[in-house]
Amino acid sequence: MRRILLSTVSCILVLFQPAVFAIEMPSEFKALHVLNRLGFGPSPGDIKRVDDMGIDNYIKQQLHPENIPLPDSLTQQLNSLSTYSLGFDELTEEYGPPPRVNGQRPDPEVVKAQRKKSQIIVQEAIQARLMQAIESPRQLQELLVDFWYNHFNVFAQKELDRLWIGDYERNAIRPYVLGRFRDLLGATAKHPAMLFYLDNWQNVDPNSFKNARKAKGLNENYARELMELHTLGVNGGYTQDDVIALAKILTGWGFHGKQRGDTQVSFDFEFNPRRHDPNDQVFLGQTISGGGQEEVEAALDVLARSPQTAQHICYQLAQFFVSDAPDPQLVSQLAQVYESTDGDIRSILEALFKSSQFWDGKNYQAKFKTPFQYVVSVIRASGQQVTNYRPLMGMLQQLGEPMYGCFSPDGYKNTQAAWLNPDGMLRRINFATAIGFGRVNINDDQFPVSEDDLLSVYDHQFSASTMQAVDAALPRLRAVVLLGSPEMMKK
Amino acid sequence: MDMDRRQFLKYMASLFVISLLPLGLTGWAAGLDDNILQANPELKRKKFIVLFQRGAVDGLSVVVPHGDGRYYDARPTIAIPSDSQSEMLDLNGYFGLHPSLSGVFPLWQNKTLTFVHACGSPDPTRSHFDAQNFMECGTPGNPSTPDGWMNRLLSVLPGLHAPTQALSIGPVLPKIFQGKMSVSNIALGKNDNHPMAIDRPMVENAFDMLYKGDDALSQAYQQGQEARKQLMVDLQKHMEMASGGAPSPYGFADSARRLAQLINEDPNIQLVFLDLGGWDTHVNQGAVKGQLAGHLNGLGNGLSALVNGLGNAYNDTVIMVMSEFGRTFKENGDGGTDHGHGNAMWVMGGSVKGGVIQGQWPGLDNDSLYEQRDLAVTTDFRSVISTVLKQHMLLGDDQLTTVFPMIPQVPSPLLFM
Repeated sequence: MRRILLSTVSCILVLFQPAVFAIEMPSEFKALHVLNRLGFGPSPGDIKRVDDMGIDNYIKQQLHPENIPLPDSLTQQLNSLSTYSLGFDELTEEYGPPPRVNGQRPDPEVVKAQRKKSQIIVQEAIQARLMQAIESPRQLQELLVDFWYNHFNVFAQKELDRLWIGDYERNAIRPYVLGRFRDLLGATAKHPAMLFYLDNWQNVDPNSFKNARKAKGLNENYARELMELHTLGVNGGYTQDDVIALAKILTGWGFHGKQRGDTQVSFDFEFNPRRHDPNDQVFLGQTISGGGQEEVEAALDVLARSPQTAQHICYQLAQFFVSDAPDPQLVSQLAQVYESTDGDIRSILEALFKSSQFWDGKNYQAKFKTPFQYVVSVIRASGQQVTNYRPLMGMLQQLGEPMYGCFSPDGYKNTQAAWLNPDGMLRRINFATAIGFGRVNINDDQFPVSEDDLLSVYDHQFSASTMQAVDAALPRLRAVVLLGSPEMMKK
Repeated sequence: MDMDRRQFLKYMASLFVISLLPLGLTGWAAGLDDNILQANPELKRKKFIVLFQRGAVDGLSVVVPHGDGRYYDARPTIAIPSDSQSEMLDLNGYFGLHPSLSGVFPLWQNKTLTFVHACGSPDPTRSHFDAQNFMECGTPGNPSTPDGWMNRLLSVLPGLHAPTQALSIGPVLPKIFQGKMSVSNIALGKNDNHPMAIDRPMVENAFDMLYKGDDALSQAYQQGQEARKQLMVDLQKHMEMASGGAPSPYGFADSARRLAQLINEDPNIQLVFLDLGGWDTHVNQGAVKGQLAGHLNGLGNGLSALVNGLGNAYNDTVIMVMSEFGRTFKENGDGGTDHGHGNAMWVMGGSVKGGVIQGQWPGLDNDSLYEQRDLAVTTDFRSVISTVLKQHMLLGDDQLTTVFPMIPQVPSPLLFM
């Protein structure tokens, strides 16, 4: 009876407490919390680094990645990737579809060979992403690259996008992850990777350009996802008429494949007024006067400034950084910051990291890591250097999150419901075991991970029940159990 | 409010118990009503396989209304011609089957395949993600339903719940199977029966100890272990039978064949979900040949392999093929189609009354189209599923209400003999 009473009381307490006041987590959890939530979990020495500089300074530093120097070893590794630093035109030239010669279509065998050759771009883009997530001290930036890439997802295996996803991430996502949302939106909207993925390069006013061979009409695909996924959100109050109006505004906004000389084909962003619908459009209740490219800029301004967009983006940020079902009050607080700073992402995150919800004890270890986050955090914790990334790519594939491999435009989710499943649990444990034993071919001199090292990397923040299982395990399995523990799978 | 570490951990523990207890009560313990099972022992043999075409397939290219000239007017470059050269498979003089689906035409001919045309969700959304969510939750218009209808279905199946009773094919658990019941998942592929470290007893023992609780992670772990033990045995048998063949590129037909083997080996498997992508044909959809034709060909061959592989079990099986919505009646400017509304839903199985087109055909004149642009919806997808659940899985009204809390008041198609 007493037990029932007690649990009823705690039930009531638990149900009502979070709404009334948050219980701040104890200070000894905080260093691990920021390393888990502002990055991919601690590497050896990170806890001490955060303790020495203080939590607030660490957050401040992470919000200004431009002030954190990159280690030479990382820069060198990135530079050693043959396609990573190639420009957009060079990539297209070297790996793109072979041009017509004397008006003749290229030999299908040549086209096939060229397509195969271009897979190295995707491979190296994946390597670059993993490498930076594992080694970069700009951890928050790396986490945000993942967040925004999924927000503005492009699927690498859609034909030409194979050539461009690396460039897309480097030039349309990376520079803006902490900047103004409008700039990020504009950069993705102009990148051929997005325009190809969501078909807008073929979105043409049917009345204005009758002689086009292929593209000759309206295509709603990008217009719809631009509102539903990128800005307003599905409940953002737009109608089918708004989708059509935005599609019309976006006519002619694409890229143009040009043959340059005999050997090159180039694709550049291009607004083609001849393909554009010149009429005025009523879009979300406002009239956008017929014109040219400025119509799109005006529409993007409207979308980026909309309170629905503020709400949608802030919900997603709060879900990513705080909890799967974020407190609506936090979301609206962040949305206010969005509106008062014209969508400055850094300011929103600054507020988020100061919020009581971020520090609420019930949100400690409340997020289940995505496969990408789990794999990277295990490598970071193990202190292993990676020179061969293939096993990690394979692991992500097995766990259902192949890098740049999300087919649909909504990108990968980051909730427990999306990723916790029986097969995935066993595969994560499998990976933890192989890394713990030093049996994955990620470099030439693998070593078994030591239990003591792991305990100190994670500041001894493992629960009593985990430690019980660790102590019960054979000595050489103890590090494995830690790497496969809930404290590693969650953050 | 400040707390010390000890108090905090206590507080966390109390949270833990409360937030996870409801999960711990379910797992795969005894089902609801053993009496039902005693009265109908054949219930245990009934199987229901759902295949979801993600991305919204163009149903008007699957089951083609070739008897209406408006179809050809609306689709100058992507319509499937009805002349003899196109090899369209005529179904009833008005509708025809896409020639790339010849793999399943024998099932139409032997009257175990039917299509419910102009079927779909009452919710008008043209968002892939909302529409999929509605169809998976079974609650159109309510996006916050926490579980999927197949999970709720599992919860009302009578008898003891075996770990492989519900099986999702793929590395993640889709919304349709999420919920309080434990569901196993497996990625069928070339290496699906390779041993894992967790198969070694010492590793297994260590993790059994770690994940012995009833929290969400422990439940997933326990479910995974139970199912894996069973499925590895099944797959191993399959390997032995299929040994000697050179490795082939792994496609849907291979997965389908493997799935049929699993079902034949493991009588516990009753509910299966799998999905296929690639249907979002905004550009260059193609007609008799092309992008969509290629995907349909893979689908048809896979379904044919599945049915052949099931053998006699096909008589106890219903296979349903569904998609979140159809596509625009008119082709767009890029030889493709945009997001629409009504679609064709497939139902096949040994006891299905096939060889006829089900559902009320709304017509293709401008005023009959939904918003003058899409095939209208005249049959709620839930009434099709409900019919399967009632007549094939023999669910009672109470159980049905658990699966679909808001049963639509619309006529159910006549799906069974």
